[in-house]
Amino acid sequence: MSEQLFLIAHIAGRGVAIDSAQVESVVDIGAVIPTPRAAPHIRGLAALRSRVVTVIDTHAALGLPKLAIAGSRAVITVVDGHHYAVLVDSLEDVAPFVASPLPSGIGLDAGWRQAGCGAVERDGEPILAIDLTALVHGPSNDANAIN
Amino acid sequence: MDDLLQEFIAETRETLDALSGEIVAWEADPADRARLDAIFRFVHTVKGSCGFLDLPRLARLSHAAEDVLAAVRSGERTPDQKLVTAVLAIVDRIGEIVEAIDAGAALDDSGEELLIAALNAGAEAAAPAAQQIPTVQRVGNRSVRLSTDLLDRMMSGMSDMVLARNELARRMRDQNVDPTIEAALDRLSLTVAEMRDTVTRTRMQKVDALFSALPRMVRDTAAEVGKSVQLQIEGSDVELDREMIEMMRDPLVHIIRNSIDHGIESAEERRALGKREVGRLIVSARQSGNQIILEVADDGRGIDTDRLVHKLSASGQSRGRDLSILSERAKLDLVFEPGLSTKDEVTAISGRGVGMDVVRANIEQIGGRIDLVNAKDRGLRILIHVPLTLSIIPAIVIGIAGQRFAVTRQAIEEIVHVSGDTIRVDLLGDTPAATVRDRRMPLVDLAALLGLRATDPVATDMLAIISASGGSFAVAVDSVLDHEELVIKPASPAVMATGIYAGQTLPDSGSPMLLLDCAGVAAAAGINFSRDAAVEEEEAVELEAISADALLFDDLDGRRRAVPLAIIDRVETIDASNVRFSGGRMRLLVDDRVVPLAALGEIEGHAQLAVLRIKDGDAEIAYAIAEPVDIVAIPADISPSAQPGPILGVVVIGDEQVELIDPQWLLGPDAQDIVRPGAPLCLIDSQSDSWIATFLKPVLEQAGYRVSTKANADEQPAVILTTDAAPAIARDGRVLRLSNDRRDTGGDDRVYRYDRAGLLAAVAKRVTAA
Repeated sequence: MSEQLFLIAHIAGRGVAIDSAQVESVVDIGAVIPTPRAAPHIRGLAALRSRVVTVIDTHAALGLPKLAIAGSRAVITVVDGHHYAVLVDSLEDVAPFVASPLPSGIGLDAGWRQAGCGAVERDGEPILAIDLTALVHGPSNDANAIN
Repeated sequence: MDDLLQEFIAETRETLDALSGEIVAWEADPADRARLDAIFRFVHTVKGSCGFLDLPRLARLSHAAEDVLAAVRSGERTPDQKLVTAVLAIVDRIGEIVEAIDAGAALDDSGEELLIAALNAGAEAAAPAAQQIPTVQRVGNRSVRLSTDLLDRMMSGMSDMVLARNELARRMRDQNVDPTIEAALDRLSLTVAEMRDTVTRTRMQKVDALFSALPRMVRDTAAEVGKSVQLQIEGSDVELDREMIEMMRDPLVHIIRNSIDHGIESAEERRALGKREVGRLIVSARQSGNQIILEVADDGRGIDTDRLVHKLSASGQSRGRDLSILSERAKLDLVFEPGLSTKDEVTAISGRGVGMDVVRANIEQIGGRIDLVNAKDRGLRILIHVPLTLSIIPAIVIGIAGQRFAVTRQAIEEIVHVSGDTIRVDLLGDTPAATVRDRRMPLVDLAALLGLRATDPVATDMLAIISASGGSFAVAVDSVLDHEELVIKPASPAVMATGIYAGQTLPDSGSPMLLLDCAGVAAAAGINFSRDAAVEEEEAVELEAISADALLFDDLDGRRRAVPLAIIDRVETIDASNVRFSGGRMRLLVDDRVVPLAALGEIEGHAQLAVLRIKDGDAEIAYAIAEPVDIVAIPADISPSAQPGPILGVVVIGDEQVELIDPQWLLGPDAQDIVRPGAPLCLIDSQSDSWIATFLKPVLEQAGYRVSTKANADEQPAVILTTDAAPAIARDGRVLRLSNDRRDTGGDDRVYRYDRAGLLAAVAKRVTAA
């Protein structure tokens, strides 16, 4: 069990660990241009230097109620060649952790089930490891079907 | 042609450089198959390129070398030292000639015959001759080949630079700076703008680069199959992404070869068919919305779909499907079945195993689409749609509810201000429609469609007229902000999934913007221009001549409407007291009969009404109107209604929008009294006594039977009603006699004519028996 670098962030008031391999950069995004008619978890588009990134409303992606005002702090990730800015509440630090599967018997609820891919332990405190790709894809129909 | 030549020189030079190692290795080990293949490929490519670049010397040399190498590959000759030397001498010579072409210098062609002769088995080594030829001074490379990836990075760097400059300019505006610094910034801006143009151009190429080789190719191909073909090229200056041009090259060549070989008939055949002897081939490129459309149209025989089906079934490629039941369109699509050759014999041109399936796969790989428009015996049009993505497109930036969107310049026909009578917006039902001079079109409320805000379409001030495939529509916009050249990139899948965006872009403002996909917007708004309308354009010309007349009238709700004259029996003025809501619907008492009445307004309050008596075949209905206006010709151009209902569509008559009443709504089964086609038929066989015909008909119809007074040869009635007075007809279980005798109540074949219950029971019995 080798250690991997994880970025510890807060989403919807919970601490989460994001595999640093998925993180391209951490930025403060500027104005978000809405994308009418797109899925609810797509907050809009933002410019990141000369690139356009699709901004993911993390709360909506997790199936939680949308926040009226979202922070500007975001984790940039690349999925299938497209850049996405996944909004987070706050960021703590980057540190190596040992990734482990979720303890058996723990069933995550709602959108967390889809995003959660394991856990890391920091000073005895378990932190859910999440998969940014799942957030980018948003709440899928199967997740709804399961719930 | 110069471009192509440059490209050929660059490519050959590059391959030669790469090949030099291979040549040495092959020399050391002539049995090395991989090296042999590499050299064979090189001479083969050179030979192919020389064909259309018209370089006979190179063609001769490369052809000779190819022949020998092919013989070695097939095992007919063994590669010995002498053969290797001779081939290498040719490769060297090719290199020299290429350099000479590039430098524009003449090169003595003496000794080339010797080089070729040396390839022959048993020839003396002639290599020394090659050494004596003075080599030409090599000129510096004037072109380099770059990977598009590098160009992409350059482009993205360029955009960064523009944004950085913009920000610098913004900040400088905020704080009064020294004019000299401002001057320096201006200079920077100018350079950046120029640079941007240049970088932008690196990715783009005129489609001419693809088309310029076609005349020669068409000529040669046509000559090979002994046909004469006239080529017409249109839209050579449409710009396309370089990469896209490369990807299109092979499919285009393949399609053109197919057209000449399979499509266009021989001169004799064409004469016999009354066509011009010279076949016509039109290759064109145009930009349509967010796509580039390459079209290859010939006036040949088209695709015989029945033969196609037969061919596939016969060769066992039908895979158990019954192909003959497919729709015409699906049958046409069978052209893309793998391994299909519609030609019975393989010719020199096509039938080489590369089928339309490969062509389609190649086009779909770059996100394109291929469409066939087939007219048997008249020709085939092949339309290749390739996305504009990665291309730079001129766009108009429009403002809607405070947000900016880009629309491709090509899609916008014009932008107009709503003013006066010539350009106006009206509500037809709840559907807004725009009239722009003599054209009328649906109006899309984009702000509402995008969910940005609800607007009152009639209050619209500015309209953008957008042409989508098949027709035009108007979009209400708040403002037109800019005209910009934009680099469009595909948006993320979740955004593209909306179907209304063609991509995203980052304009100079630094704020991302979405490019609207006009066809998608039309689809999302429920506007559906029939695809066939565009496709059948040529036929439509003939149809337009046959325009129907219509009666123009003012309706009860004050609108002006029209109804086809053909279905109007007459126009009458009636007393409103003759109209009753009876038996579940509005009915009009007229001529002592009851006729269903339709109206699109309030009848109440009118003492007298004008009614249109509408009759078509057996169906009859009356339609109440305020007053008739005129008889007019219905224009061929009818804009379909947004919802099915009383209104078929909207036409422009005398600068006015006029709703056309749908005859099917008036006369359709729902509007009529209960009688439905297919209900059991009752034949009233009574010439002498008209009573049964007039009285019994509504009774029977109300019971759900169809009634006829004349025997129709096609259909056997279930019941035949007759009277005592009628001459005796053949005894038949279906016959029911109506008597004047009150006592005929329980009889089997006779019923008292006023005994309604008994009559219907007897009819029902016969219908059941039938």
